[in-house]
Amino acid sequence: MSYLLVVGVTIAIYAVLTVALNMVVGYVGQPNLAQSAFLGLGAYFAAVLSTRYHLGFWWTIPVAFGVAGIAGFALGAISLRLREDFLAITTIGLNFVMVAVFQYLPFFGGAVGIYSIPVPSIGEHHFGNLDYLILAAAMLALVVGVSKYLERSWLGASLFAIRDDESAAASVGIPVASYKVVAFTLSAAFAGMVGSLYAPFLSAVTPTSFGFTESVVILSMLIFGGLGTVRGALLGALVLGALPEAFRFISNFRLLTYGVILLLMLRFQPQGLAGEASAVSRLVGRLASPLRKSRDHGPA
Amino acid sequence: MKGESLLSVSGLGAGYGKIQVLRDVSLEVAEGEFTAIVGANGAGKTTLLTCLMGLLRPTAGSATFRGRSLFDLSAHRRVELGIGYIPEGRRVFAELSVEENLRVTATRRPRGAAAGEREVLERIYGHFPRLAERRNQAAGSLSGGEQQMLAFGRALALEPSVLIADEISLGLAPIVVDRLFELLGELHRAGTTIILAEQNARLALEAAQTAYVLEAGRVILRGPARELGADPKVVDAYLQHL
Repeated sequence: MSYLLVVGVTIAIYAVLTVALNMVVGYVGQPNLAQSAFLGLGAYFAAVLSTRYHLGFWWTIPVAFGVAGIAGFALGAISLRLREDFLAITTIGLNFVMVAVFQYLPFFGGAVGIYSIPVPSIGEHHFGNLDYLILAAAMLALVVGVSKYLERSWLGASLFAIRDDESAAASVGIPVASYKVVAFTLSAAFAGMVGSLYAPFLSAVTPTSFGFTESVVILSMLIFGGLGTVRGALLGALVLGALPEAFRFISNFRLLTYGVILLLMLRFQPQGLAGEASAVSRLVGRLASPLRKSRDHGPA
Repeated sequence: MKGESLLSVSGLGAGYGKIQVLRDVSLEVAEGEFTAIVGANGAGKTTLLTCLMGLLRPTAGSATFRGRSLFDLSAHRRVELGIGYIPEGRRVFAELSVEENLRVTATRRPRGAAAGEREVLERIYGHFPRLAERRNQAAGSLSGGEQQMLAFGRALALEPSVLIADEISLGLAPIVVDRLFELLGELHRAGTTIILAEQNARLALEAAQTAYVLEAGRVILRGPARELGADPKVVDAYLQHL
């Protein structure tokens, strides 16, 4: 039971990261391989503040949200000056920069990281795995709610327009630069927010837990599930998060497995399992409403 | 016919990387005027319009629009000044539906616009009933003519006072072209300033008041459109093969 709860919390945390990443990669179409750096920022700030400055757990959540959001804002501002391929490389580099910062700045506890992060509590009740799961689910509900709101709002439609054609979007009056920065900021802030939960859940943070590998894992989940949709992000986090637990050999060759899945998906099913116009979502659509005319996306 | 100068461009130079496309282009457009820019493929018409819209940074020259310096403003600021743009090659938002294309644009209208969003959309559907029929269809699945109507309608969703249109006749059936030019005429009579780049010079010179002929990135002729279109020397030398 407890083991299942731990798996559940892990998957929920991955789901928050994946849904948040979708705001940048899915909605605006910008590459971002730095999601774990923002998770790490949130986790580290929560760890430092709660161990060294005895800040209460509930206060670390908005701080982690804010700090990661500021970093996301900075990355968004940088992204405006870079072509997509260079942006991808820059975000990869950001992982290594963050790991180095965690490792060498004494503020972050150096190479050993930070241990004995206090267990959050409500009054006299100390958090158990079930409480972590509930809180992670609440954070997931929040990021899903914001994503759904974005999708339905004119802001979301503007983000899709930017993804489709940046200069056409600018020519109809969409402030492309500001909106890109908004997406980067939100995406990073939510990753940081869940970091504040991740730190006490692990009870320790070390620099290498937030490296490039983790960013690849998160992006793989998103691409596997389907770019551009919340359901795709959720499905990707669920399936790829559960696989290593279900099959021991996968956890030994986790990166290899994810890498192969990523390559196969990009080659044969670039929309992911449940993305827009993917095979599965078309099938579900057909089953759900057999009379509806199929919405074909190819040019006529 | 000539009113106050609305848009004034002088000494404009632009290009891509090391390739210089426009050299020393100057342009005067009066309020409510219909200006055509004609010239062969590669003469620099599209480059000129993308500079006006703010999608390409000029390498030289200056421009004022209603007394404000234009080249310092990003594209979306120019939209706020009332400039609408129909890009070459339609460039509709392929993954959005027809209605989403129009709505996302209509939200960018200046605050305090007189007409409500619904009213603006219905007006566009009135111009292009075909778009109304396909309002829930992904824009990428429309035919070329329908996409051009959508690109046109999308620009109208901003209720622009100046409409910049780039090659709207390219590759379209004559009946669609006629409809689009008819609409340009209607807009012009209603007071919209129009700047049209067009390879089909004959069509453009019939519709416009003033014309500029571009060749190899320079303005080689300017004058009243009908006179240019009727002058046999001009036709022989510059417009015959267009």
